[in-house]
Amino acid sequence: MNRKVITEKIVFGLFRLCMISLVAIVLSLLGHITMNGLPVLSLDFILKPPEGGMMGGGISSAIAGTIMLMLLTVVFAIPLGVGAAIFLSEYTENVDPRLIRVIRMAINNLAGVPSIVYGLLGLGLFVLFLRLRFSILSAALTLSFLTLPVIIATSEEALRSVPRSYREASLALGATKWETIRNVVLPTAFPGILTACILGLSRAAGETAPLLMTGAAYYLPRFSGNIFRQFMALSTHIFFMATQSPNPELTRPIQYGTITVLLLLVLTMNMAAILLRSHYRRKLS
Amino acid sequence: MKRRSEHPIELSLFLSAILSLLILGSIFIFLIKEGAPFFAQTPLSEFIFGRGWYPASFNNPRYGALPLITGSLIVVSTATLIAVPLGVACAIYLAEVADKRVNELLKPLIEIIAGIPSVVFGFIALVLLSNILHNIFHTTYRLNALNGALILSLMILPTIISISEDAITSVLREYKDASLALGATKWETIRFVILPAAKSGIAVAIMLGIGRAVGETMAVLMATGNSAVVTLDLLSSVETLTAVIAIEMGEVVFGSQHYHALFAVGLLLFLITFAINIVSDLVIPGKKV
Repeated sequence: MNRKVITEKIVFGLFRLCMISLVAIVLSLLGHITMNGLPVLSLDFILKPPEGGMMGGGISSAIAGTIMLMLLTVVFAIPLGVGAAIFLSEYTENVDPRLIRVIRMAINNLAGVPSIVYGLLGLGLFVLFLRLRFSILSAALTLSFLTLPVIIATSEEALRSVPRSYREASLALGATKWETIRNVVLPTAFPGILTACILGLSRAAGETAPLLMTGAAYYLPRFSGNIFRQFMALSTHIFFMATQSPNPELTRPIQYGTITVLLLLVLTMNMAAILLRSHYRRKLS
Repeated sequence: MKRRSEHPIELSLFLSAILSLLILGSIFIFLIKEGAPFFAQTPLSEFIFGRGWYPASFNNPRYGALPLITGSLIVVSTATLIAVPLGVACAIYLAEVADKRVNELLKPLIEIIAGIPSVVFGFIALVLLSNILHNIFHTTYRLNALNGALILSLMILPTIISISEDAITSVLREYKDASLALGATKWETIRFVILPAAKSGIAVAIMLGIGRAVGETMAVLMATGNSAVVTLDLLSSVETLTAVIAIEMGEVVFGSQHYHALFAVGLLLFLITFAINIVSDLVIPGKKV
C-alpha cells in the first residue's frame, strides 16, 4: 500500500510539474514581449504612420487597417453565423436529420481547414474570380469565412442554453415561432452572441497568412479608408518587419511594440469573452 | 402557428446554415480549378516523389514536393511527440489532480494561449528560441526544424489539453467511484479506468492537434528557415507545405505553372487536414471548435 501511495505522489508530482512548466514558459514569453514592447509604446507610436523607409515612426496605418478589417469581418460573419446557429438550434425538427448531420460535419471541417487554405480560396474567389482585387474587402470576406465556425458554435451554445420554458411561455401567449426567437430567445442569448462577436473580432485581428494573399501591403504612407484598396495590418506588419525589412535587427523595438499592441488587443478581447461566457453560463444554469 | 410572412426568414436562416457546406465545397472547387492545370504539365508522381523544388529556375524549373512533405512531416511529428505526453499530463492534472480553484485559474490561461496569434509565436521562435537552441546545440542553421517543432508543440498544447480534459471529465462518475470503492488508489483509477474510458476522446484531441500542426503557417514559416531539402535531420533548415505557399504566392505570375503548383500544394494540404477532420468527426460527432 505504501509503495502505491509513493508512486501516486511521484506521478501526480510529474503532472503538476508539466503544468507548472507550461505556465512558466507562457508567462515568461509574455513577460519578455511586454518588457521589450511597453517602453516603445507612446502616443506618437500609436498615432504616426511608419517613417524613414520603415525604419522609424509609428504604426497608425497598421492599427487602422486591423480595426477596419476586424469590423468588416464581423459585419459579414455575425449575421451569417448567428443565422446558421438559429437554424441549427431552432428549426431542425422538420429537416432531414441527414442534412443536419452533413451541415454539422461541414462546420466542424471548416474549423480545421488551415488558414493558408482560406487564403488560397480568398485569392481564387474574391481577388481573381470576383475581381475585388487585393483589397481590405477581399481580406475581410476571407476572414469572415474563417471565423464562421467559431461564431456558429458559440452562438448555438448560447441559443441552446435558453430554457425551453421561455419559448413555451411565448408560444402559449400566441407569438409565432419567429416572434418568439426575436423577442425572447435572442435577447436572452445576447451575452452569448456578444461573446461570439468578440471571438470573431479577435480571430480577425490575429490572423496573418490569409492577409498576405488577399491584400496586405508591406508599406502604405497612410490608411486610405477605401475598402477596395490594399491595407496594412498589425499582424502582417510584425511579419514583414521581422523578416523582410532592410534591417530587422535595427527595427526590433518597432516589432516588439507592434506585438505588444496586437497582444493587448487580442488578449483583452479573449479575456472579455471568457469572463462574459462564464458569467452567462452561471446565470443560466 | 406559423404565418406565411415567416417563410422568407426561415429560408434565409436555412441558407446561412447551408453556407458552411457551400464554403467547404468552394474551397475544394477552387483548389481543383487552380491546381489541376499544374498536373497537365507535371505528372503526379513527379510532384509527390520529386526531390527538387526549384520553381524559380529559368531554364529548368522543377516542382518536386517531396522536400516540403518531409519538411512538414518532420516538424509536425516532432511537435506531436512533444505535445501529446505533455498535453495529456496537463489534462489529467486539470481534471483529476488540481483542486477547483487552481483549475478555475488555469483553464482561462490555456484559452489565452490558444488565442495568441501565430505570428507572435513565429516571432518568438525567430528571435528568442532560435538563439537558445543555438547556444545549446551550436546549430549550423539558426532556423531549423527543431525550432519550428518546439514552437509548434506549444501552439497545439491548448487544443490537446482542453479536448482531452473534456474527455476525462466526461467519464461517468460511477466508474470512478466503483474503482475507488474497490480499494484502488486515485492513480490506479486514472490509469486503469478513466484513461481507457476516455481514450477515444483523447485520440480526437491528438488528431485535432496534429491537424492544427499540419496547417499552421506563420509560426513555422518564421521558425524553420525554409530551405526545400529532403532531410530528416532536426537541426537542418526545412520548408513546409504551408510555408511555401505563404512565401511564394506573393511573387508568382498568376496563371503560371508556378502559381498552379502552389494551388496543388494547397490541395494536398487540404486533403490531409480534411481526412484528419473527417476521421475525428466520426469518432466523436460534433466535438470541436
